[in-house]
Parts: sequence; C-alpha cells; structure tokens
Amino acid sequence: MMTQLRLALKNLVGAGARTWLNVAVTSFTFVIIIFMSGLYQGILAYSKRVTVESEVAGGIYWHPLYDPDDPFTLDDSHGAPPQAVLDQIAEGRAMSVLLVTGAAYINGRMIPMQLRGIDPAQQIVAMPTTSLADYDGDAIPVMIGTGMAKLLGAGEGDAITIRWRDAYGTYDAADVEISKVMSVENFKVDFGILWLPLAVLQEMSNMPGEATYVTVRQGEPLLETASPWVLKTVMSLMEDMIALVQAKQSSAAIMYVLLLALSALGIFNSQVLSIFQRRREIGTLMALGMSRQRVVGLFTLEGGIHSVLALILAFIYGAPLLYLTASRGLPLPMDYSDSGFLIGERLFPVYGPWLVAGTTLLVATIVTVVSYLPSRKIAKMEPTAALRGKIA
Amino acid sequence: MSADSAIQIESLVKHFPMGGSVVEALKGVNLALGAGEFAGLVGPSGSGKTTLLNIIGGLDSPTQGSVRVLGEDLANKTHKQLADLRKEHIGFIFQTFNLLPVYTVFENVEFPLLLLNRTNGERQKAVDEALERVGLSHKTKARPATLSGGESQRVAIARAIVKQPSIILADEPTANLDAENSHNIMRILVELNEDNSTSFLFSTHDEKVMAYLRRTIHLVDGNITSDEVTTPSAP
Repeated sequence: MMTQLRLALKNLVGAGARTWLNVAVTSFTFVIIIFMSGLYQGILAYSKRVTVESEVAGGIYWHPLYDPDDPFTLDDSHGAPPQAVLDQIAEGRAMSVLLVTGAAYINGRMIPMQLRGIDPAQQIVAMPTTSLADYDGDAIPVMIGTGMAKLLGAGEGDAITIRWRDAYGTYDAADVEISKVMSVENFKVDFGILWLPLAVLQEMSNMPGEATYVTVRQGEPLLETASPWVLKTVMSLMEDMIALVQAKQSSAAIMYVLLLALSALGIFNSQVLSIFQRRREIGTLMALGMSRQRVVGLFTLEGGIHSVLALILAFIYGAPLLYLTASRGLPLPMDYSDSGFLIGERLFPVYGPWLVAGTTLLVATIVTVVSYLPSRKIAKMEPTAALRGKIA
Repeated sequence: MSADSAIQIESLVKHFPMGGSVVEALKGVNLALGAGEFAGLVGPSGSGKTTLLNIIGGLDSPTQGSVRVLGEDLANKTHKQLADLRKEHIGFIFQTFNLLPVYTVFENVEFPLLLLNRTNGERQKAVDEALERVGLSHKTKARPATLSGGESQRVAIARAIVKQPSIILADEPTANLDAENSHNIMRILVELNEDNSTSFLFSTHDEKVMAYLRRTIHLVDGNITSDEVTTPSAP
C-alpha cells in the first residue's frame, strides 16, 4: 500500500497543472457545498431560535377551534383554558394570549389587523411587554413591531383608532397610543399585529379570563391533560418553516450536483487521459510483478488522492473563509421577511461537524468512484499490449 | 526436465488473431534453458522472439503446449500468481528501457524491492550495489528524462538485477543504443551472468549482442531452426 501511495503521489505531482486544476475545482466544490449548506443551516438555526424565543417558547396549547391559517376561525376561537393550564399560568409557567380581529384607522386608511392581548409582566417570550405596564398616559397602550410601524407610518407616542368585534359580535372602537415600537426579529409577531395588555383586551372584547392560545415557558413539560385544547410541540409548530428551508435546500442541491459533476468530470477525464498516456508504464508495472488489481488500485488511489489534496487545499483557504462568515455573519442587502424566511440583518451560516463530515465523505466517494471507473479498463489490459503502448 | 532447468518449453504454439485471419507466431517450439545460461533468441523481426520471451515471462499465454519456469507450469497460474512469479524470480530488460518517468534513478531501481516488501536497509544496500555494478552510483537522484540512452538502459539493468532474479529476459536490449554503449551493456550483463549464475535469455537480431552469446537459438517464422552452443567472439 505504501508503495502504491508513494507512486500515486509522485505521479500526481508529475502530472503538474492537470492535477492542480482538478484539485482546485474539487476544493472549490467542497467549499461551496459547505458554504451553501451552512447558509441554509444558518437560516434554519436562526429561524428556530427566533421562533422559540419570540413566539413558541416551550410549546403552545391552542383553543380547539383555533387555526392560524384560517382567519374565519378567529372570532370563535377563544375560551377559558383548562384548569391544569390555568394552574401553569398562575404559577408563571405559561401565559395566555387572546386574539381578536380588528382594524386600525390611521391617516385616512383602514388596515385590517389582529389585536393580541398579552400579559405585560410575562417573561416567557422575548418581547418588551413591560412597556405596556410602564405606560402612564390616558389612552390604551399598544405595542407594535418596526415592520408594522413602517406599514402604518406611525411611531411611539402616535395615536391611532382601532375597531374590533367583541364576544357578542358588536363592533366597538377606541383610540390607542403606541407606547412602544419593538424591534423584533420575528416578522410573525410584527406584521398585522397590535399588542395590548391582556386584561384590557379581555375587557374590550367581553372575554374575561379567556385566551386563544397559551404559550408555555421553555423547559416546562407540556400537559397531556389540556384537552380539549390542542397541544402543539415546538417541533410541530416549526414544521412548516423547516419544510420551507428544506425545500430551498433541495433546489440548492441542483447546484451541488452541477459542481460535483464538474469536478468529477475533470478527474474522470484526467484518469482516462492518464491511462491512455501511461499504457507502457502500466505494462512495465505488470512486467515488474505488479498484479492487475494492484495497478487498478494504484490508478484509483491516484484519483482518490485528488480528493485528499482538494480537502487540504479547501481547508487552507476554506477554513478561514468559513470561520469568518460563521463568526461575523454576512450582511444582507435587503429585507427578506417577504420571502417567508426568518432572516436577520446579518446571516450567520452554521457549519456543523455532520455537514463537514458528510460533505467530505460525499466528495471523497464521488472522486474515488470516478477514478475507479476508467481504471477498470486496466484490469482487461493484456500486459504485452500495454508494453507496446496499446490499450488492449 | 533436468533438475537445474530454468525454462522448459514443449510443443509451444501461439496464434494471434489479426483482422479476420489468424497468425501463427510460434509453431511447436521446444526449448530448455539451464540455470546460468547466457542464451539468445536470434532471428528477424516477426520471427516470434518477443512472443516467446513474453510467454516465458508470463506476460502472454500460449495457445498450446507447456511452459515451465523454475519448475512451475505457467498454464495453471492465475494472473496474480504469474505476477508474483515475475516479481520474485524474473527480471525484464526492454528495448525502450521502460523506466518510470516520475521516479529518480534510485527509486526506479528500488521499485522491484518495494514490491517484495524489503526493508529500508535492505533496499538501500541492494540498490547501491546494483547501481555500483552498472556504474551509475553518481546518478541516483537523476530523473530518467535527463539520462542518455546508455545510462537509461544501465538503470533498467540495475532494476532487473537488484532483486537477484533467477532469470533475466532481455528484449532487444541494445536496439536503441550506439555500438559503444551496446558493448558496455553486454559486458555488464556477461559479468552479472558469471558472478550470479543468473540465466539470461535475449531476443535480438543485433550482431553485437550475438558476439557475447554462449548459446544461440535461431528462430525463423515461429520455428527453432538451429540451437547451438557458441563461443563468444567479443573481447
């Protein structure tokens, strides 16, 4: 094996530019695949973190009629949570959120929106709800996200008129004041939502003690006794988001395949050319006592070493590059919230050990296979024909 | 077959398909070569010399007949076993030298010993001795591309002898060399034969080689037409 390794290395170095071109393309493929996969992993990790921190925490109990994808359910999806859940709320291990459909009137425009009531003292999701409690004005305090503020063209201290429908189907209206414009990373708690103190919204809507959903603190066990309320685990709440990222990853896989095909083709061609050019050498190796299988092994090894050299080269320039992107993040030139992804102003790729190991294995396997395929021809070569410089 | 036979060939026939017809390269050759012989297959191009050498070396297979090398019947051998036989007992010298281009002189000569898994120390000693023998101790780090034809063939000889094989098969070893280099090469081979009792079988139509042979086997159109003990005429 050491003989073959030595010979393979010498042959590769002897092949000069052809070797280094193949190695460069393969290393580029390797780095790009890790980088691109890291971007998606980064998006996923970021989305999960932000979703958990600002929205789903340790899981949610839904009112039995609540369906966030069906706005027509909102009017009826409210009620008092089961006693076991109320106990969790009372102990500060969960918090109620009440949803009421409504609209905002501002600058002569009417904008449909959800009014959401939340306990100002909650510490379960990362939202500055204390601003609702700290408000010392005469109006009803409301909190909106920066995206919503932009949409409304309003800021802190501005008054807007809101309209809503109470539990009996009666419309009512009131002036509210924006006590806080919160900077949130999760557009799902921003766009189309006006946050009010829970007790105020319960009173406004004639729904005392009621909620639409109850969010449980991270690390708290989810109660099976919450029935008929529907228990939603963190994973089930993030299924759509994960599926979306995975769908995008699948599209990106086309590019990976093209890149891999490019480097594999280069190495395949190089192997074919090498075997054609070195027929006499192959015959000599056989005459000196190398078995056909060992010669096949030698050429396969030569091809396989491309992947090792590519990994080394990729490590030399790729590791600092990937480290920099992972630690400093990549600035994004535009707001991607419309894309359905939760993406911050800087995207931090995540290069996990499985990603690196998996990509390494994938590249090494493909390179070795494409090295082996043309080398099989050697096994059919007659030594005398090879010595005369013929293929067969 | 005598106990000290290196090569024993009986009724050897070799056919090659060529186009739609079949060429009979060897037509019932019988030959015995003893240990330590210095013999040559002499004949014109196409007479079957190289084919016979290739079959003896296990690089080609006979159509009919039996070939025994060092007592081993080649007909029963797998490719791997034939490769092992060449690796351990047979040295080849080619007309075109066939040195491995990316290896240095030292590494080319060392190569057969690497295949035999010899230790570093054994390899170093054997390679030094072989290169000393062919007068190339000063060229150990040179690459084949930088060597003259004579030097290249001397490296090939060192490579063939370094493992001290029982048989050396030399296919037109002087065909690409000038007269002076041809004589130098042949003198080295004669010395090796005398010192190590290695059996040599040449294929040649070079009169300079013939002048060194102690046995000359004439091959014409695949038949041995004469097989005679000769007295070397070269100095």
